[in-house]
Amino acid sequence: MAPGLDSRPCGGRYGDLVGAIGNTPLVELKRLSPTPGVRIFAKLESYNPTGSVKDRVARALIEDAEDKGAIPPGQTILEPTSGNTGISLAMICQRKGYPLTVVMPDNVTAERTQLLTMYGAEIVYSPGEQGSNGAVAKALEMADTDASYYVPYQYGNPANPLAHYNGTALEILEELDEVTAFVAGLGTGGTLMGNGRRLKEHDDGTMIVAAEPLQGELVQGLRSLDDGFIPPIIDLSLLDRKIFVSNRDAVVWTKRLLAEEGLFAGVSSGAIASIAVRVANDLGEGNVVFVVCDDGWKYLSSGVYTKSIDELEADGTLERASFW
Amino acid sequence: MSAIKIPPVLRPSTGGEREVAADGGSVGEVLSSLAEQHPGTKAQLFADDGALNRYVNVYLNDEDVRVLDGLETPVADTDTLVILPAMAGGR
Repeated sequence: MAPGLDSRPCGGRYGDLVGAIGNTPLVELKRLSPTPGVRIFAKLESYNPTGSVKDRVARALIEDAEDKGAIPPGQTILEPTSGNTGISLAMICQRKGYPLTVVMPDNVTAERTQLLTMYGAEIVYSPGEQGSNGAVAKALEMADTDASYYVPYQYGNPANPLAHYNGTALEILEELDEVTAFVAGLGTGGTLMGNGRRLKEHDDGTMIVAAEPLQGELVQGLRSLDDGFIPPIIDLSLLDRKIFVSNRDAVVWTKRLLAEEGLFAGVSSGAIASIAVRVANDLGEGNVVFVVCDDGWKYLSSGVYTKSIDELEADGTLERASFW
Repeated sequence: MSAIKIPPVLRPSTGGEREVAADGGSVGEVLSSLAEQHPGTKAQLFADDGALNRYVNVYLNDEDVRVLDGLETPVADTDTLVILPAMAGGR
């Protein structure tokens, strides 16, 4: 008889890849803690099948549409995304047989384009200098003029925060009795709203903190302030703090995660980690949880892991690149 | 005096200035001082009811004042206010 495996496989727990989304590791990062009384934990969303937190959102968006009968077999899906949501949707749509078109800024890293193409998505580019605003506007315009598209619209779809309310937050509460502060990136608002609501229901003293990108001058290509955009799912009253992080600080902390904790995270996660440590500094004791949205593979070509900060500053990467 | 960092979209209204110094003990007072110096900014910063324009984010150093005390948030002379347009984030 063959000897038993030391490391057992999951024993058929997941029927397919989509079923393996979620239940990501929560890992303590002891070296980041500024004081013994404060423990810092990272929720490693990079462990999802396509490598980002957006697997949860994409699954929720598609299953919500299926439940409502909004997408018959073969329905074309259209979504504005600068990367991760598109990659997650592409995998799920490929598995489920829905053609996918994504609209994204033309200045995202090459890896994101390659991944989307690999999963069979069609890509429509929007002007990079308009950032995600440009992608949202173009996708909505395409949907207006062509009724054959179904737009899940992560920015306004309650299924996005619900993926976290019914998933991520419950997983955190399974492992920690008390969450003093929860820190996540502010993009669509889904992670912060869904986790924030659930964690505050559990303990209304939990501090919900948003880390947001300080948009570089080159992605501030708005014609007027009236072209601004606030994702409809965001409710600012749920946030206790909202703090911006420069690309420079985000990269510095991405490098620190790698050097001090061996964590190969994406650049937005470095930004979020910097705010988690700042919040931890203000606490005498407690648990601080932050979200690692994705790992670093998709950003390798930007040079942030191999070049020094001075080199990245000199070659314009810190000013130009869009990491969020 | 506090420093106010002006985003590219507002610079046509500040004669191209990237940073403007302004007096005031609160965010609202400092922004009103900016609007007095550069009247073209007023309609962009403030709604008709005097509240902050929906698509204008103002940060005291690096924290969004909407999550602090809004226009009432106290400002010290050494503080920097950063004005940024609300942009879509996320991926």
